[in-house]
Parts: sequence; structure tokens; C-alpha cells
Amino acid sequence: MRPDFSVLLNFWDTLALGAFWTIALTGVASVISVVFGILFAVVALYAPAPIRWPVRAFEWVFMGTPLLLQLFLIYFGLITIGIDLPAFVAGALGLGLYFAVYNSDIIQAGIRAVDPGQTEAARALGLSRWQTIRDVTVPQAVRSVVPPIGNNTIALLKDSALVSVIGVAELTLAAQQAIGRSFRPLEFYVAAAVIYYAINLALEAVLRRIERRISLAR
Amino acid sequence: MSETETYLEIRNAKKSFGALDVLHDISLSVKKGEIVALIGPSGSGKSTLLRAINDLEPLTSGEVWLEGVHVNKPLSANAYESHINKVRQDIGMVFQHFNLFPHLKVRENVTLAPRRLRGISSAEADTLAREELEKVGMLERIDYYPSQLSGGQKQRVAIARALAMKPKVMLFDEATSALDPELVEEVNLVMKKLAQEHMTMLVVTHEMGFAESVCDRVIFMDQGYVVEEGPPEQVFRNPTSDRTRTFLRKSSEH
Amino acid sequence: MTGTFDIDLMIRVLPFFLQAAQLTILISVLSVALGLACGALGTAARLARNPLARLLGAAYVSVFRGTPALIQLFLLYFGGPQIGIHLDAVTASVIALGVNIGAYMTETMRGAIVAVDKGQTEAARTLGLGRARAFVDVVLPQAARLMVRPLGINIIAQIKTTAIVAAIAVVELTYTAQRYIGSTYKPFEMFILAGLIYMAIIYVVSLLIRWLDRKVQLP
Repeated sequence: MRPDFSVLLNFWDTLALGAFWTIALTGVASVISVVFGILFAVVALYAPAPIRWPVRAFEWVFMGTPLLLQLFLIYFGLITIGIDLPAFVAGALGLGLYFAVYNSDIIQAGIRAVDPGQTEAARALGLSRWQTIRDVTVPQAVRSVVPPIGNNTIALLKDSALVSVIGVAELTLAAQQAIGRSFRPLEFYVAAAVIYYAINLALEAVLRRIERRISLAR
Repeated sequence: MSETETYLEIRNAKKSFGALDVLHDISLSVKKGEIVALIGPSGSGKSTLLRAINDLEPLTSGEVWLEGVHVNKPLSANAYESHINKVRQDIGMVFQHFNLFPHLKVRENVTLAPRRLRGISSAEADTLAREELEKVGMLERIDYYPSQLSGGQKQRVAIARALAMKPKVMLFDEATSALDPELVEEVNLVMKKLAQEHMTMLVVTHEMGFAESVCDRVIFMDQGYVVEEGPPEQVFRNPTSDRTRTFLRKSSEH
Repeated sequence: MTGTFDIDLMIRVLPFFLQAAQLTILISVLSVALGLACGALGTAARLARNPLARLLGAAYVSVFRGTPALIQLFLLYFGGPQIGIHLDAVTASVIALGVNIGAYMTETMRGAIVAVDKGQTEAARTLGLGRARAFVDVVLPQAARLMVRPLGINIIAQIKTTAIVAAIAVVELTYTAQRYIGSTYKPFEMFILAGLIYMAIIYVVSLLIRWLDRKVQLP
């Protein structure tokens, strides 16, 4: 079928809805990836050995295997132990945890990079270990950590397309639904690409603003 | 051509970076075999002027002439490219941070340009390299990598590399400023030797001792102007300008 | 509750997984090769003097890094026939993934070239070497040494990215894992089996990268 982009008009609502769910999915998964990233980082850095080692092993496995494989594990694995999650939740969890592991790595590095002299000064003043971490180390680590986590969020947006494979009704699946009825894969995948690109640009703009505000709030 | 004719000439050199004027209408003549020192505080424009001579820092306006050749001649992009490459073979430059090629041994650092540009054989290039390295006292390290050399040794190799192209004039951009004090002397000795062999040299330097003892003429620059110019005895002992006096006093306080 | 961990099953299906792994490796190798070529071209374009070339290079990087690889794959495989491009799944996979990783490699290579000290170019040009010679003899050898590790990171990412071709039914590792999850209802076992093979492949590749990186270092 010769390319005819006017068919997009007939399905704009399908695509718009798909775009909305992609944005929602990215948002939820990003939050999960940051929250759990911090959690994993704190455990990896400060927890006693028996808790630390399993977490680090878990990190190692999830950094060394493909996201799609992990999505299959989460989706089908939960079903076999009786938990039937909606695809959206499974998708958000899978995406979120995958990037949480990468974020945890970044956060650990960021915390280690804070000048140990700072810690010494804080403890010398009488602050406890946790107070030091909370009031001195973390605020400084945040500055160096925001840009790479921002990059991970952009990667998360693009990888969100994969959850279409486990049936989450986001943009890629929406495009496929439209293709199923119009038999025009070229037009709709181009449209999907353009929409992803646009969402990407918007996300990059938001991240840049966040980065600027963080560096100003010194 | 008489020995006293102008060899290197800068005419009305002006350089601005946007609204900032770095060089204000500087003119300068250097005779063949003359050793000229360029001194002055940071920001005086002396390095910019030096780098304008081989067009590393293109002038906003003004001309550079070397033995009858217009160095920064306005030409179309491609024509300019071949022109400037050819002219630069006659101008040798030594940098503050050496800029030796770390992935090449000393030998190859020195022979790279002669082999590529003069079409000589490896054997001839090798002989040439050995000669120049011998002159600077680095022949022993001909098969070393730059990372295995001290700062003074690196700079001497850098000088040999520039000399291998048999330039008409040598430009030194603060050649000893990045060296530990005990390594400065070995480089100064090489430069003195070059001076004795009547190489035409322009030396941007902070070393007043070197400028006074080796150079034929000293030019003091400040904020993009030539403030004072003359033989070392005059500029160092009897400067005519107050700014020169202030600068010399501050320098000797270090 | 699921039964005990079924190791026998894993041993029984292992041969199928290993065979599928071959396809994973093949697609990885071919797409990385294509990616390196695209990366070199992209870098040349981005650093060219011609403004049109620079624009095309930047557009290539922006578009292929700014959209999901899965969409690029679907576009080529499903959309291609509409403009006369009929590819089998494996070929489409190699091309789509190769062009995709090429955009990332362009930035990696460009980053390494730009990281070489400006003074090196100045010294080379001062000796009279032209722009091309200065680049080939002085900048590129140094940039190449800087590139090995970051390109290695790109390559390892690509090995994991090949999993997405399961979506167009290429019988590689992830597709095989999904198939067997479907027929055996043992997702943990199948995940572990496939996962271990991926990790083994990645481990071997990372050793190779580290060896290469050590080998090109200067004394």
C-alpha cells in the first residue's frame, strides 16, 4: 500500500490516548526508579553484609540481562505465584526496577565522590552518622547525580515501548491497534516515532530546568 | 639580501575577541639573526601576538610578512590551507606545555613532519632526527616515549622537533614557564646555543635574566600596546616608562 | 504454589537455549559491525567542514537516539514493504539495530576525538601538517585509545538490546525463553537459564574489551 499519511487523521484519538499512557507510564516508572534507586544505593553502601550481598547480587543480575526478559519474568512470574497484576502495573514495575538498579549505581558513585573531609567536619561537630548523611553528604551528591539520572529517565521513556509486548496499552500498542485496522504500518510507526521524539524533547527540556534549579540552589 | 634587512615583519596588527581588544595596532620588525624578547604582564597580548605570526591566532586586521612572503594573505579556504601549511614549515614554534605527540616515540615525534612534508626517506629522516636530538642533548632517549621523559627533556625534544623542519624563525611561547625550577636551565642552554648560531628568535618569557643576557632587543607590552622597546640595557636599567618600571619591580619581587 | 526449582527442566531445554544464543551472538556481532561503520560515518559528518554534512550528522544522531529502537525495528520490518523494502526478520534486525547503535557510537567516537588536547592539533599544524594529516597522524591515534572502553559499553548494551527482536519472532534467546515460559509455566527457571547465558556472553565480551583497552595503552 503506497504511503498515505492522511490515514493518521482517522486514528488520532487512538494515538493520543497511547501517548498519554506512555507519558503516565514513564512518570510512574521514573518515580519508582528514583525511589528504589535511592533505597538500593543506601542498602549497598550502609547496610550490614547479610543484607548488602543479596541486594548487590540482584543488581548484578538485573544489569546483565535484557529489560524485555525481565518484563517476561515479572509478568509471568507473578501470575504463577497467583498475583495477576494489570499489565500497566507490571510494566511500570519492570521498567522502574530495571532503571532503579542503574540509578542506584549512579547514586552510590555520587555519594562516594563527596569529599570525605566534609564527613569528617560534620562528625567533628558532633553530628551522628545518619545526620551527616542526610544533611551534608546527600545534598552534595544530589548535584552530581541529577544529570545522569536524567539521562536514564530519557532512556526509560524509549524503553517504555517494550511493555507493549506484554500488552500495556501505551503508544506502541496503540500504533499496532491502528495498523491492525488500517493495514498501514509505515504511516503509523512514523507517527509513533514522531510522537516519541516530541515527548523526548519535552522531557529533555523539563530535565534541563530541573538541573538548572538544582545547581542554583547551592 | 643584506643581513640588516627586515626578515620578519608585523604591520598594524589588531586583534579583538568580540568587544574585547587584545592587540591595538602593533607593528614590529625583526632582522635576520635577531633575538627578540617579548615581556609583559598576563593579558598584555604578548602570546597572542606571537601566535599571530604563524596564524594560530588569526589577526582581526594587519599583516605578517616573513622574508617577502605575506603569511596571513587573504585567500579562499582551500588555497589558504595549502599556503599556510607551506609557510608554517618555515616558522618553528615551541609551546609552554610542550605538546609532544604521546603516542609516538621521540624519534617519530621529530621525523613525522619531515617525512610527510619533505618526502625524504626514513633513513634520511632518521639521520636528520639524530642530528637535531644531538644538538639538544637528547640523542640517548631517541627511542623513549614522551611519558618517560622529564619536563625539561620533553621541551628539548620539542625544540628538536621544530628545528628538524629547518625553520627561518623560531617562536618560543613561555617555553620554561611550566617547568620545575631545576629543569629550566637545560632548556635555556639550548636556546642560548640556538641564539649563538644566529637563529632568528622571538621569545615570550617571564625570565628577565634570560631576556637580559641573551636577547638583542626587548619589547615590553601591556594591555595590547607596545609600551617600551629597545636593547636590554636600556629597557631593564633605564626604562623610559613608569609602567615598565612597575612591571620590572613586581617581577623581581618573586 | 509452584513446585520446587526444576533443574531437570533447565537441563533438558538447555540445548535449545544455546542454539538460540547463537543467533543472539550473530545479530550482536553483525549489528555492532554495522554500528561501528555508521558511527565512523556519523562522526565524519559531525566534524566535517561542510555545514550540510554537519546538519545531517546531527540529525542522524538526534533522530535515532531520540526514538525507541523497537519502533525503528518495526518501521523497517513492517513498514519497509510499503516502500519496496522486503527484508527477513534477521536482516531487518541487524540493519535496524546497527543503524540505531551507530547513532550512539557516533557520539562516543566524537567525544573521544574532542577529548584529545587542543595543543596536539596546534603543534601538528605549526609544523606545517595539513588538517587531514594532523588528524590522521596525531589526533586519531590518541582518540582511538580513548574510545575503546566507551565503545565497549555501547557494545555490551547492544547485546542486551538484541532481545527486542523477539518482538518480530526472531528465535533468539529472549524469544526462546518466552516460548518455554508459555509451554512450561516455569518463568523463574527460564529467566535464570536465559539470564545466565546473557551474563556469560557479556562477561566474555567485557574481558575482551578490557584486554583490548590494556593492549592499546602507551608505555
